[in-house]
Amino acid sequence: MNNHSAQPAALAVDVTGVSRVFTVRKGADVTALDNVSLTVAPGEFVSLIGPSGCGKSTLLRLIADLDTPTAGEIKVFGKAARQARIDQDYGIAFQQAGLLPWRTVAGNIELPLELHGTSKPVRRARAADLIALVGLSDFADKYPDQLSGGMQQRVAIARSLAESPSLLLMDEPFGALDEMTRERMQNELVRICAETRAAVVFVTHSIPEAVFLSDRVVVMSPRPGRIRDVLSVSLGDQAQRGENLREDESFFQGVRAVRELLHGAAPAGARGVETR
Amino acid sequence: MRPGSISAAGLARTALAPVLLGVAAVLLWQWAVVAFEIKSFILPGPFLIGGEFAANLQNVVNGMTVTGRNALIGLLVGAVLGILAAIVAALLRIVDEMGAPIVASIAVVPIVALAPVLYTMFGAGAETARQIVAGLAVFVPVYFNTLKGLRQVRPVHRDLMRSYAVTSWQATKSVTLPTALPFVFTGLRIASSLAVISALIAEYFGGPVGGLGKSITSSASGSNYGLAWAYVLGSVLLGLLFYAAALGLEKLVSRRTNG
Amino acid sequence: MTQARRGQVQGRRILTGALGVAVLAALWELYKLVGPAEGIVVGGITILPRTSDLAMPHVWVMVARAFEPVTGASNAIPLWQAVLEGSLFTLGIAAVGWLAGVTVGLLLALLMQRFRLAESAVLPWVVLSQTVPLIALAPLVRRWGSQIRFGEFTWESWMSVALIASYLAFFPVAVGALRGLASPDANHVDLMRCYAAGWWKTLWRLRLPASIGYLLPALRLAAASAVIGTVVAEVSIGLRGGIGRLIVEYAGAAGGDPGKPWAPIFGSIAVGLVAAGFVALIGLFLRRFRRGEVAA
Repeated sequence: MNNHSAQPAALAVDVTGVSRVFTVRKGADVTALDNVSLTVAPGEFVSLIGPSGCGKSTLLRLIADLDTPTAGEIKVFGKAARQARIDQDYGIAFQQAGLLPWRTVAGNIELPLELHGTSKPVRRARAADLIALVGLSDFADKYPDQLSGGMQQRVAIARSLAESPSLLLMDEPFGALDEMTRERMQNELVRICAETRAAVVFVTHSIPEAVFLSDRVVVMSPRPGRIRDVLSVSLGDQAQRGENLREDESFFQGVRAVRELLHGAAPAGARGVETR
Repeated sequence: MRPGSISAAGLARTALAPVLLGVAAVLLWQWAVVAFEIKSFILPGPFLIGGEFAANLQNVVNGMTVTGRNALIGLLVGAVLGILAAIVAALLRIVDEMGAPIVASIAVVPIVALAPVLYTMFGAGAETARQIVAGLAVFVPVYFNTLKGLRQVRPVHRDLMRSYAVTSWQATKSVTLPTALPFVFTGLRIASSLAVISALIAEYFGGPVGGLGKSITSSASGSNYGLAWAYVLGSVLLGLLFYAAALGLEKLVSRRTNG
Repeated sequence: MTQARRGQVQGRRILTGALGVAVLAALWELYKLVGPAEGIVVGGITILPRTSDLAMPHVWVMVARAFEPVTGASNAIPLWQAVLEGSLFTLGIAAVGWLAGVTVGLLLALLMQRFRLAESAVLPWVVLSQTVPLIALAPLVRRWGSQIRFGEFTWESWMSVALIASYLAFFPVAVGALRGLASPDANHVDLMRCYAAGWWKTLWRLRLPASIGYLLPALRLAAASAVIGTVVAEVSIGLRGGIGRLIVEYAGAAGGDPGKPWAPIFGSIAVGLVAAGFVALIGLFLRRFRRGEVAA
């Protein structure tokens, strides 16, 4: 799909045979992930979708090296996950915007740059660019509590892009937003990804969101967390995706296909299972 | 400390570590006293203090009884008044606002400084002044914490009670009080050791003899330093006793209310 | 809330607050008027005070006394001036004790935050330390004064007072700072880990700023404790020059001069309020760190 000859040969993410077992009290183990393998090519947008407890967030945390797998191996751009974190090869955004309340919008976006010793003028310029990218130029000096939820999330996304990572990890970043804001944010994310050419691993529990955004949708099943199926969505290049795609027949087909995979043998008409 | 981590290793860390640290500190103290030949009028060793404590057990216990009684009366009166005042302040905003500067003053003021005038007001021969000092010291944390607790009721719970159309007393009983209870106990826990300290210090400002405070000063001025420290140990134990009692009561009630 | 509206609320607060003080004074006078001279005694215990002019002077006597000279001597300064000097002296020692206590408290909190073993070993002792009336040691600490001497340095009595003040002050800071340092959301901690930021960077950029909201009430408590500790230690160590000494000294004069002992008590209230006001001022400078984030 995105064949950029300039990209390094290594896969953006390479997960092989990864399991994660949580030991809770009284020796009862919970297998959050069981022998999961997955690859993400450079520049590719991959969504992880599944019901609660299917381990999609756990998988993302493992790729981010916020947690270590019980078994298996994870490589990010050909390096161990830990090294990739230390080298800052990815940017990350969570369901909660997670902005530091005592920093302005610009200050929050500058945080990762500041931590890694970027000089002040460079930081300033980069933050201004990113603020413009997410359309918040009038709010650069505002504090997070002065912004709406959607605006906060846009700042969080700008922050995740601060160091121009070639990989974005996103854990339900739009999960707490209302439906209208959510669709607008999806349009923006598609545009941003087209501009930055970053690979994305995107955790969600919304079927239309996954279909609209992704090149591939990874459907997971719970207890133990496994990959049930991987669906390629052929909705064309990200640069061409826009609001009218949501009305397109191919989009509905993708949604139907993912829903059927999610419900397994259940009849295609079943719905309303998307409880959190 | 952290729930859910009570394994063998966790227990060893939460219980053993502080005990080991305490034993090490006592041994180090004793060693320092012997090694540097520290005179007992500066700092007697812990073993000497322990010996004096055992030898004068009856006197120390008598002192603990006198001071402990004052502290207990102060604690009870101060706690009841503090809780009542907080309830009134929570119900009537005007009382809250009028009381604000007075309570703020009581909070920052060395309450024991009132002891001398209280002795003249209530008579220097009586223990009343000390009980009042302890009571005032207790009042502050109990009042503040109870008031905070009474204001913790979450809007969703209040709306729920309103939708059930219950009386305000029913709402108070089923939502407000249970929400406030943990805060009341936090206040009581802080107040418990304050009561002891205040009752003891009030003795430095005058009044009848017999309590721990007077005993500490009189044995110190009589150059009987080991005994003075034994009384200090007695006051430590008294403080711990009050604290443990408050903590135990808190655990008991919270277990009952949780089911 | 607009600026004008906020000012209105402030004005109302001050007015009702003043009214509260006036009501308290009126209650005092009312009880003095109707209460029995020997107080109310139940079963041999005086539960309400005696109402004689000696035991309960009129409010105006207390105020008027402050503007008269300290003693009958012709060169005596006005009482309020003596109390003011004593208050400043006490405030100075309390400030030293507060600084020392805050420093120790912060260091302990950092140590406990950094090493979990340190937390489980030290925290119970920190909590227990406050059930231990070290202030009871004051008469014993006095002895150290004449004994400790390193070369040029001599241990002065006021240092013993400051030491006791700092012992009372460190506790709220240690506990409050520890809670504050542990307060950042798991989210924020994860984020710092994603940035591969080490403990020091995380401390400086995340934990310390996040702890401000917990630290300020702790600092205020510490200030009140430092003042209390200073006044009491002045009395029990017998240090001259401070408000604590005046309280005891003037209490002795209460027999013939009932208004006099109240002056240093009001002085100590003023010291406590000034100390609390100072912390409030610090809070004003750190306003930025007390913003709450609206959950997205």
